[in-house]
Amino acid sequence: MDFTAPVLNYALLAPILIVLGGALLGVLIEAFAPRASRHNSQLFVTVASLVIALSALLRVRKQVSVSAAMGSITFDGAGVLFQASILVIAILSVFLIADQENFTALPAAVPGSDEERHSLQTDMRVTEVYPLTLFAVAGMLLFPLSSDLITLFVALEMLSLPLYLMAGLSRRRRLLSQEAALKYFLLGAFSSAFFLFGVAYLYGYSGSITFSGIQASIVGGSGNDVFLLLGIAFISVGLLFKVGAVPFHAWSPDVYQGAPTAITGFMAAATKVAAFGAILRIFYVAFANAEWQWRPALILISIVTMVFGSVVAISQRDVKRMLAYSSIAHAGFLLAGVIALSKAGLEASIFYLFAYGIATVGAFGIVTLVRDSAGEVTDLNRWSGLGKRSPVIASAFAFFLLAFAGIPLTSGFIGKFSIFSAAYESGSTAVLIAGVLSSAIAAFFYIRVIVLMFFKDPAEDGTSVLIPSGLTKTTIAITSVITLVLGVYPAPLINFIASSAFFIR
Amino acid sequence: MVTSTSLVYLIALPLFGAAILLLAGRRSDKWGHLLATALSAGSFGVGLYQLSQMLSRPTAERAITQKLFSWIAVGTFKVDAGLLLDQLSICFVLLITGVGTLIHIYSISYMSHDENRRRFFAYLNLFIAAMLLLVLGNSYLNLYVGWEGVGLASYLLIGFWNQKPAYATASKKAFVMNRVGDMGLSFAIMISFATLGTVSFAGVQAASHTASKAALTAIGIMLLVAATGKSAQFPLQAWLGDAMAGPTPVSALIHAATMVTAGVYLIVRSNFIFDAAPTAQLLVVIVGAITLMFGALVGTAKDDIKKALAASTMSQIGYMILGAGLGPAGYAFAIMHLLTHGFFKAGMFLGAGSVMHGMNDQVDMRRYGALRKFMPITFATFGLGYLAIIGVPPFAGFYSKDAIIETAFNAGGVKGILLGSTALLGAAITAFYMTRVMVLTFTSKERWEDDQHPHESPLLMWIPMAILAIGSVTTGFLFTRGHALVHWLTPVVGERAEGGKVLLQPAVVSGLALVAVIIGVAIAVSKYQLGKVDSVAPQNVSVFTRIARKDLMQDSFNEAVFMKPGQALTALLVKGDDKVIDGAVRGIAATALGTGSTLRRTQTGFARSYAAFILIGAIVLIAAIWVVTQ
Repeated sequence: MDFTAPVLNYALLAPILIVLGGALLGVLIEAFAPRASRHNSQLFVTVASLVIALSALLRVRKQVSVSAAMGSITFDGAGVLFQASILVIAILSVFLIADQENFTALPAAVPGSDEERHSLQTDMRVTEVYPLTLFAVAGMLLFPLSSDLITLFVALEMLSLPLYLMAGLSRRRRLLSQEAALKYFLLGAFSSAFFLFGVAYLYGYSGSITFSGIQASIVGGSGNDVFLLLGIAFISVGLLFKVGAVPFHAWSPDVYQGAPTAITGFMAAATKVAAFGAILRIFYVAFANAEWQWRPALILISIVTMVFGSVVAISQRDVKRMLAYSSIAHAGFLLAGVIALSKAGLEASIFYLFAYGIATVGAFGIVTLVRDSAGEVTDLNRWSGLGKRSPVIASAFAFFLLAFAGIPLTSGFIGKFSIFSAAYESGSTAVLIAGVLSSAIAAFFYIRVIVLMFFKDPAEDGTSVLIPSGLTKTTIAITSVITLVLGVYPAPLINFIASSAFFIR
Repeated sequence: MVTSTSLVYLIALPLFGAAILLLAGRRSDKWGHLLATALSAGSFGVGLYQLSQMLSRPTAERAITQKLFSWIAVGTFKVDAGLLLDQLSICFVLLITGVGTLIHIYSISYMSHDENRRRFFAYLNLFIAAMLLLVLGNSYLNLYVGWEGVGLASYLLIGFWNQKPAYATASKKAFVMNRVGDMGLSFAIMISFATLGTVSFAGVQAASHTASKAALTAIGIMLLVAATGKSAQFPLQAWLGDAMAGPTPVSALIHAATMVTAGVYLIVRSNFIFDAAPTAQLLVVIVGAITLMFGALVGTAKDDIKKALAASTMSQIGYMILGAGLGPAGYAFAIMHLLTHGFFKAGMFLGAGSVMHGMNDQVDMRRYGALRKFMPITFATFGLGYLAIIGVPPFAGFYSKDAIIETAFNAGGVKGILLGSTALLGAAITAFYMTRVMVLTFTSKERWEDDQHPHESPLLMWIPMAILAIGSVTTGFLFTRGHALVHWLTPVVGERAEGGKVLLQPAVVSGLALVAVIIGVAIAVSKYQLGKVDSVAPQNVSVFTRIARKDLMQDSFNEAVFMKPGQALTALLVKGDDKVIDGAVRGIAATALGTGSTLRRTQTGFARSYAAFILIGAIVLIAAIWVVTQ
C-alpha cells in the first residue's frame, strides 16, 4: 500500500497554523516563563498571533482552492469572510479576557479548598485561558472551511473541548461555573455522538465523506434515501446543538450564566459564526439538492427557535440568561438565512453573523463592568437606575440592546432586514411572519431593560460600574462604533460581502 | 437656456448674514444690524446687476438657470437643487431685496431700543434668503424649501416679542394655519410626481400638454390651497390679523409686501397648470373675490391701525388672486398690483410704525387724531400711499387695480359681471375704510391721552417711507407705459388673447371706479371727519358692525368647525390608543410573559432532562424529514 505525503497549501492554511502555533507557544510560556511576566507575554502572544493570522488571511483573500489540504479544506470567499469575522471577534474578546479579575487563579483547585484560598491570597494565578482560547479559535477557523465530514468533526471537537474548560474558569460562584462546564461537556459529547452517527449514515448513503461526493450522490439519486434522511437529521442535531437552536438549546442558558462573562461573550459570538459557517457550507454545498427534504424541518426549527427564545427571554431576571435566550432567538433568525438557500441568504447571514457577533462581544463586555463587592451583578433588578449613575456605559448597553432588537440606525436592523427579505424571496413567508412577530416580542424585553436602566431609581445596594480597563474600553468603543457604522452606512461591507460571498464545490 | 454661476449670491449673502448673526451671538450686537443691512443691500445690488444683464440679452434668452447640486437621485426620479431667474422672478427679487433693504434701514432706528435687535436682524436676513429661494427655485420642491423657510422666519418674527403670551399664541396660530396650506403644496408636489413624473417647472410645463385634466385639476386645487394658506386667503385667512403682533417692520415686509404675496407668485408661476385646468382656475377667482370682500368688510370695523391695514392687505391680495385666476389676461396685472401694493402697503405700514413710535406704541386709532400737525412727513408719505391704494389717478394703485377690475368685467358672461361688480364694490369699500384710517389718524380732532407727546420720527425711519412713497406715486405709471410690464412678463405667463368681446372699455371702468372711490371717500369723510368720533369704540352698534369687528366670525367658525371636532377626535384617539392599542400591547406582553414563565420551567437544570430534549428533538427532526420525504 502506497502512502503519499499530504500536499498542503501552507499559504491558505496559514491563518489556522499561525493560531495553533501561538497556542503551542502559549503552553510553553505557561510552563517555563517566570510567573511575573507570564500574563503580559501570554496576552501579547495571543493578540499577536490573532493579528498575524488576520493579516495572513487578508493576504490570500482573493484565492480560491478546493485542495488546500487534499480536498478536506475548501478555501473560498465565504470561508475568508467567516474566518475574518472569527478573528476580529476573537481579538476583541481577548481584550475582555485580559481583565483577569473574572477568572479563578487556580482552576484545578477544588472550590472552597485551602489550595484555592492560598492561590488567591498569594495571587498565584495561572493563565491557561489564553492558549485555550487560541486552540478554540483554531478549531473555529477550521470549522467553516471543512469540506469533508471527518475534518468537520475534528474541527468541531477542536473548538468544543477548550470551550468546555473555559466555561469552568469563573472566579466567583465556582460551583455554578464548574457545573456549567460539566453540563456543556456531557451534552456536547452527547450531541457529538449524534453527529458521528450522522457521518456514518451519510457515508453509508454515498460511499463518500466529502461534501462534493455527497452532493454527487444526491444528484445521482442511487443511494438509500433512509440513510440520507438519518444522516441529515443526525448531522443537523450536532450542528444545531452548537448554535443553540431549540430543542438543542437547553445547555446555553446555564452555560452562559455559569461561564466567566468574557468567555460567554467570546463563546456566544465566535462559536456562532463558526457553527453557522459550517451549517451554511454543508447545507448549501452538500445537501443543496436534497432541499425539499430538510427545508420544512429547518423552517419548523427556525420558527420554534425564534419564538421560544424571544418569549422565554421576557421572564428572565438575570442579564446573562436573558442574553442567552436572546442568542437562541438570534439562532432562529440566522436559520432563516440557511433556509433561504440563495446567494442573498448567504450574504445576509454573513452580515448578520458579523454584526451580531460584534454587538454580543460589546454587550458582554459591559456586563463584566457592572459589579458590587462580591463580583459581577447579573440580577437585572439591581441594574435599575444604572443610566443615572453611569450614563455612558448604560447608553452603550442600551445601544447594543437596540441593535439586538433590530432598531434602525443599528447594524441589527440591516441584518434582520436583509435576512428576512432573503427568506421571503425564497418563498418562506412563514419564517418572515414568525421572525417579525418574535422580533416584536424580543423588542419588549430589550426595551424593558432600557427602561429599567434609565427610568427607574437606582437601587441602594452598592451596585456600581467599574472604571473599565483600557482594553475593555477599547473593545466597547470599537464594538459600539462598528454597530453604529454598520447601521448608518453599511454599503461598503454589504458590497464587499456581495462580491466575495460564495461557496465553491 | 443660459446658465449662470452668480445667481446663488442673491441668496447666499443674506443667508450668510443670518448665520453670522445667529452664531456670533451677543458678540455681534454692536455691528450685526449694519452687516445685515449691508448684505441685504448687496443682494439688491446683485439683483440690479442681473436685471441689467437680462436687459442686454434678447427676449428669448432672458431666463437663466444655475444648477447648485444634485439633490435627490432615486432611480429615475432626479431633482437638482437649481435656481431659475426669469422675467417673473426678477420682479420679485428686486421687490424683496429693495423693499427688504429699506425695511432693514428703517428697523435700525425702529428697533434701536430693543435689546434683541441683532436677533431681529438675523431673522430678517433669514427671511430675505428664504423668500429669494422661494422665488428663484426652479422646481416645486426647491420652491417648497423656500416656502417653509419663509414660514419659519414669519413664525420667529411674529413671536419676536414672545414674552407676551398673546404674541406667542399669534405666532403659533400663524404657523399652524400655514401648515394646512403647506400640506396642499406637498400634496401638489406628490400628485405632480405621481402623475407627471417630474416636479421641475420646465418639466411640469412640458408634461401639462399631455397630462390628464383630472390630474392637473387636482394639482391646481392643491396649489390653490397652498396659496390660500400663505397669502391669507379665504378660508385660511384668520392668521394674518393676529400676525400683526410682530414688530411693525415685519408686518411691512413679510405680512404686506412679500411673503403673503407668495401665493400669487405660486399661481402665476403655475400658469400652465391653471390654464389647462379651468375648474381650478374658477376656484381661484372665487377665492380671490370672496377674500377681497371679506378683507374690505373687516377693514371697515377695525380700530387697531395695524389690523385695519392687515385686513386691507388681505383684501388687496384678494384682488391679485382674482387677477391671477383670470388666466393669461390677468397674470401680468396680478403681478403689477402685487408690485405696486408692495410699495404703498409697505410704506403705509412703516407710516403706522412711525405713528406708533410717536404715540408710545398706541395702536388704537380712536386714540389718535390730528397727527398731521405733529408728523408732517409721516402724514405726507402715508397720504401718498393712501391715494395709491384707493386708486386715485395717477397714483400706482389706480393703474394696477383698475386693470384687474377691467379684466374681471371682460372675463365674459355672468361671471364677468359678477366678478367685475364685486371688484368695483370692493374698491368703494376700500376707499371708505382707508379714508377712515386716514381721517381717524391724521385729520380728525385730537383724542389722545394727556401724557402723549406725538413727534416726527428720525431720519433713518422717514427716508425709507419717503422712498416707498415715491414708488407709490410712480410705479403704476412706469409699469403701464407702453404696456411695459405686460410685455416683459409675456414670455413667462403667455400671450394675452387679443380682441374678443369687450364688455366695458377701459375708460368706462376707470370712470366707474372713480365714482366708487368718491362715494366711499365721501361716506367716510362725512362720518368721521365731520361727525363725532368716540375715543372708546361704542358698544351699542348694529349686529353687522359687531360681526365685522369679530373678523366676520372667522375664529368662531374655525373653533366650531375645526378646533372643537379636532379636539374631540384627539380625545377619542387618545382614549382609543390607551384602551385598544395599549391594551392590546399590554395583553400581548402579559401573555408572552405568562408563556415565558411557563416555558422557562422546562429549564430544570438537570443534564439528563436536557439530554432528553436533544433525543426528542432528534426524533422529531427525523420524523419531520421523513414525513416530507414520503
